[in-house]
Amino acid sequence: MTAALLDVADLTLRIPGAARPLLDSVSLSVAPGEVVALVGESGSGKSTTAKAALGLFPPGSTASGSVRFDGTEVLGLTGERLRAHRAGSVAMVHQDPRAALNPVRRVGDFLVERGASRSEAVELLASVGLPHPERRIRQRPHELSGGMLQRVVIAGALAAGPRLLLADEATSALDVTTQADILALLRELRAEHGLGLLFITHDLHLAAAYCDRVYVMYAGRVVESRTAEALFAAPAHPYTRGLLACSPTLGTHAPLHPIPGRPPSLADTHQGCPFVTRCDQASPSCETWQPEPLPLPDGGTASCIKDGVTHA
Amino acid sequence: MTAIETPALSVPVRVRGRRPVGVLVAGTILALVVMAAVCAPLLAPYAPDTIDLSSSLVGTGREHLLGTDSSGQDLLSRALYGARSSLIAPLALLAVAAVLGVTLGVLAAWRGGWVDAVVSRLTDVMYAFPGLLFTVLIIAVFGAGMTTSVLALGLAFTPTIAKYTRSLALSEARKPYVDAYRVQGMGGVRICTWHVVPNLARAILGYLVVLFGEALMSLATLSYLGFGAQPPSSDWGLMVQEGQAAIVQGAMLPALVPGTAIALVVVCFNVVGVWAADRLGRQ
Amino acid sequence: MSLILRRLAGVLATLLAASFVIFAAVYAAPGDPAVFLAGGRDKLTPERLAQVRSEYHLDEPLFVQYGRWLWDCLHLDLGRSFKYSDQVADLVAARFPTTLQLVLYATALFVVLGVGAGILAAVKRSTWVDSAVVGATTLAASVPSFVAAIALVSFFGVRLGWFPVTGSGSGFFGTVRHLTLPALSLALGALAIVSRVTRQAMADAAASDHVEAARASGVPERDIVRRHVLRNALGPIVTMCGLVMAGMLAGTVVVETAFGLSGIGSLLVGAINTHDFPVAQAVLLLMVTGYIVVTTLVDAVHPLLDPRVKGAAR
Repeated sequence: MTAALLDVADLTLRIPGAARPLLDSVSLSVAPGEVVALVGESGSGKSTTAKAALGLFPPGSTASGSVRFDGTEVLGLTGERLRAHRAGSVAMVHQDPRAALNPVRRVGDFLVERGASRSEAVELLASVGLPHPERRIRQRPHELSGGMLQRVVIAGALAAGPRLLLADEATSALDVTTQADILALLRELRAEHGLGLLFITHDLHLAAAYCDRVYVMYAGRVVESRTAEALFAAPAHPYTRGLLACSPTLGTHAPLHPIPGRPPSLADTHQGCPFVTRCDQASPSCETWQPEPLPLPDGGTASCIKDGVTHA
Repeated sequence: MTAIETPALSVPVRVRGRRPVGVLVAGTILALVVMAAVCAPLLAPYAPDTIDLSSSLVGTGREHLLGTDSSGQDLLSRALYGARSSLIAPLALLAVAAVLGVTLGVLAAWRGGWVDAVVSRLTDVMYAFPGLLFTVLIIAVFGAGMTTSVLALGLAFTPTIAKYTRSLALSEARKPYVDAYRVQGMGGVRICTWHVVPNLARAILGYLVVLFGEALMSLATLSYLGFGAQPPSSDWGLMVQEGQAAIVQGAMLPALVPGTAIALVVVCFNVVGVWAADRLGRQ
Repeated sequence: MSLILRRLAGVLATLLAASFVIFAAVYAAPGDPAVFLAGGRDKLTPERLAQVRSEYHLDEPLFVQYGRWLWDCLHLDLGRSFKYSDQVADLVAARFPTTLQLVLYATALFVVLGVGAGILAAVKRSTWVDSAVVGATTLAASVPSFVAAIALVSFFGVRLGWFPVTGSGSGFFGTVRHLTLPALSLALGALAIVSRVTRQAMADAAASDHVEAARASGVPERDIVRRHVLRNALGPIVTMCGLVMAGMLAGTVVVETAFGLSGIGSLLVGAINTHDFPVAQAVLLLMVTGYIVVTTLVDAVHPLLDPRVKGAAR
């Protein structure tokens, strides 16, 4: 395995007033050229984890652990160095492109602000497959469609020549065909520039099909970390199995099984495994066991002590 | 633990300070001013209208604590007596505006339809006159004087109170108890006067406290322009006008003493008003 | 298009109603309107009474009279002053420039100081700077403009002698010097509302997603404040500044009196004290019209600052 581009180790994030940490001992890594998925329901902490790579934390929060980018500790960056880190090495593609662009400014201003010159802005727009780029840079966001805007946002992310791209639900707000176009574009750009790509989604099927490795998050923790094939073939954590069982797949008519209950909120305290109240295989010991990633035979990890899940 | 920088502007969290110290200080000052107004005859060293041209524009000293004006009248005595009209007149003005405004507001909310439309058109026309101009128009027609000023300003303050009452009454009228009384056959007038208005009284009272500072300022301004209190009154606004000529002669107290009194009372009322509206507005 | 027409119709209706109130107010006065319009009983001669009757067409129905008066006003024929026996239009025209200069100067002051203080408070939100701005501007708003006027005159005019105490001066620098204290008295009360709106609009704009996106992309904080936060907050700020400026026309009544400036505000006060009703009527009409026109223009400018509103209106 090559040296990781992004290496998050044991990251714990607390905010005052919340009963549990926002993130609890999260560890993950992304290597150059690798596509890594971060999967979970809303509120599981996947976006918070991604933003940590930018040194962007919720107001009032305190962090412990480490977030290293190319060997540099991001948690220690402040002021101009933090700004340079955000402006140069890591770029984010947001979920809702319409919200990510200032509605009163022109598309060109958005790209120039992120380090492109006027002529580069036109080239960038062309490289993300936007027709008539010369005209686009003079238009305002409300004149463009959602798919076109997401291409603009991606162009903006590429403007500074980053090495890691964070795609935060980058395709969720788009219709299906546009979604496929954007996914193909991101893969293409990754290959072209040798980028690491952290792909955040709530869609486990999409993650398994699109990415090399997958991290599954639940209530601020990474509950399973596997290669995509291994995860899809034999999901280890009951939560991962539940996620796969509750989304429909093409060609089968298997009944859907929603996971009962709801994920714990920030106000809920719990001892032991956070999934215990929704788990169909829970045993009394689960209620006291402090979850930790346990190694799986194929090299992945899962935070579950049930028989048949871990063998190490 | 690493301290996380919290970028400026990203925190919309507003710490709602209740500033009890400021409110306490302002409240104490107001209480003292009211006491002074009530006890003016006991506290004032001179009668407010004692003219003594031989001691014109005397500075501060043992004889006259705050000095005298150009007619030799003791400024402290005048300011103490002046507190009476300067405080009672805004009260009268707000009483007029409250009676008219609450009636119109409840009527507009209760009846809706054309009554509501007429009230809101009238309000629009009055709002077309900026600042004191509507009051000035009435004074232009009926002539200067304290009574005219109080009534005219009362009329000018009416739309604001009517608008506020209307919005409160609209939500009050939707409450189930109103329907319950209606089903029992109680008339609209009786429901409004016995139940709706008393239920709104706290909130409206809080709003009136907020308006008091502005009412006092407006009246003082009218008196200053010569439209309100007439000589030999010791109204603060009028005192500023009378004292202004002496400023160029280097005697600033005749204008500054009443001017400071106005500013002080208005500031205190604004501080207390915000607090009171907050307290009384909560049901 | 129909939206503009409807808005224009609304403005015209308000103008008509307000002008009717100004015209018809004389009928509310006790006694014979002709006697009132002639300036009271004391100086009344039969000739003057006849003149007033014909000038105001007092024998005709109220609405016909109003129509005639309005028609004359539209032709800048505002009648004759009883005190100066000049054309009212000439009197007003001669004094209007001073008032306009005063309002524009005061506007420049409150825009620079008020918006500046608001930006400062927004950028230094929840610090002592923020509290100081809110406290100081609230204090300034609690001081009536005539009290501010005499305080400024006492200190800067008489004690320090930096500024002239009365008069409106000549030449550009003379005018600026003479109008500084009056404009400051007029502007002080506006600082609180303008700085508060600026602060709140910037806080709202700062909470948008695109601001966080810009921050996540490492856009320098200065550029974020200027190009995203302030730029997007301009709508409410410009609207409030316009409204305050429109309201200042009425504020000149007090400040011009306090500083002995010869503008339309002091003309109005003088006209009321001398029962010169045609002059009072004309000045009130001018001030109300100015107020309505400026507030309407402010409404019209808003879409230009915000392409989203413009897009929605199309």
